[in-house]
Amino acid sequence: MLKEEKYQKLKDIIQVYLPEDVAVTDISKDSHLMNNLNINSANLVDIVLDVEDAFEIRLENEDMENMQTVGDAMAIIDAKLSAK
Amino acid sequence: MSRRVVITGLGVCAPNGVGLSDFTQALLNGKSGIRHQPNLEKLGFGCQVAGEPLVKDKLIDSYFTPLERRGLNATGVVYGVIAGVDAWKDAGLDKNLSNEPSWDRGVIFGTGILGVDKFREAIHLIDDGNVRRLGSTSVIQTMASGISAYLGGMLGCGNQVTTNSAACTTGTEGIIMAYDRISQGKAEIMLTGSCSDSGPYVWGGFDAMRILPRGYNNDPTKASRPMSATASGFIPGSGAGALVLESLESAQKRGAHIYAEVLGGEINSGGQIDEGSMTAPNSMAVQRCISNAISNSGIKASEVDVINGHMTATAKDGLEIANWSKALNRKGKDFPFINSFKGVIGHCLAAAGSIESVAAILQFKEKVVFKNINCEDIHPEITDVIAASSIPRETALYEPRVIAKASFGFGDVNACVIFKAFSM
Repeated sequence: MLKEEKYQKLKDIIQVYLPEDVAVTDISKDSHLMNNLNINSANLVDIVLDVEDAFEIRLENEDMENMQTVGDAMAIIDAKLSAK
Repeated sequence: MSRRVVITGLGVCAPNGVGLSDFTQALLNGKSGIRHQPNLEKLGFGCQVAGEPLVKDKLIDSYFTPLERRGLNATGVVYGVIAGVDAWKDAGLDKNLSNEPSWDRGVIFGTGILGVDKFREAIHLIDDGNVRRLGSTSVIQTMASGISAYLGGMLGCGNQVTTNSAACTTGTEGIIMAYDRISQGKAEIMLTGSCSDSGPYVWGGFDAMRILPRGYNNDPTKASRPMSATASGFIPGSGAGALVLESLESAQKRGAHIYAEVLGGEINSGGQIDEGSMTAPNSMAVQRCISNAISNSGIKASEVDVINGHMTATAKDGLEIANWSKALNRKGKDFPFINSFKGVIGHCLAAAGSIESVAAILQFKEKVVFKNINCEDIHPEITDVIAASSIPRETALYEPRVIAKASFGFGDVNACVIFKAFSM
């Protein structure tokens, strides 16, 4: 899977959880999921599940804790995919 | 402190009509919302008919954001939100878009059990060792107070936001609780109502108790027969009803349309003593509930001109009539009009009291007494006590002044509320 393709897939997942006052275009690799994109902390578990389904990987509790920014999520996904 | 309380908004999601105008038309014409349920047949239920609101996906989209819709698998939440948000809009109220909660507005929205299908989904995941896959929506859709939590959040209410639960009295109890809160000066506006989920997991227990009719699987609209000699049990239903109760002062200040006044009511229990049990009412308590509701409302029994009964279409309908007759000390031709909407919607369990109260109140607006269906053959036990003319079999043109609404439930619990046509 190309890097851009993966990034787009992740953005599509995150987009669903954005509050009304945050636009899709606000998503960048540096965006902090909770602090910049204002995603409800309860929804982080849903993002994790969606990522698992979309990339056919399994994320552990520590992966979730390390997943603070969009860039973090990309790095974790890459690591899991290459370990497959 | 005792302040006057009025009803300024109504909303409904019922088996025979979603939204006030469809529901009103259905009641005027006695249109049934009871249908054959293929899933009940597949599962081998004795009673394969039920009353379930027909809610289209597109309609759900206009009440829930795409995010709220993700993983939404709780019909009670869907019905409750549709009815609750509709009632709020009908009252001319807006969602709170400010940065401060609306301190004087609250929600008392009841249910019996919420999000049963969602709970089933969770049970399967947990039993498969997959608890981590539940996601974030399992708790909020299955906690009983999920429905008041959804509504309180959507509307930005800052007063009490809670869920009451008292079996089939839930909806009527909630109206009295909201009335109390406003009349005591603790709130200005309360959204009250109740909802009940659809489906085999809610209705199965009643089917197992052998209290649902089994002979109408091919004739669903005839199945629910309140007050009939051929009544053979209640037909399960689901949905939600919602009412906005408001202090008269607040309603006048806003220039709101007033449907009716809530004069008062009573909530009690028969203690499961004497003839009362977990599932059967204690007549002493039922009569006391009705007569206290009347005295609490500051009216005389002779002023009640329309009753909307609990009347589930079981062998207990005759006893209910006798209890009303004794409590009001009125019989024969002197007995008020009485109707039961369960003939057209079935018994919507926790949602029954609120859906039926919405219907009862619409009679003030429409200047009618809505018809009863499926009681061409009134039970002789009933005509021994009251005149057949008290039971309209066609919608009657009439301007009700005082309507009494009662609901009774498992646990031997009772609630009776008194509504009055509004005048200054």
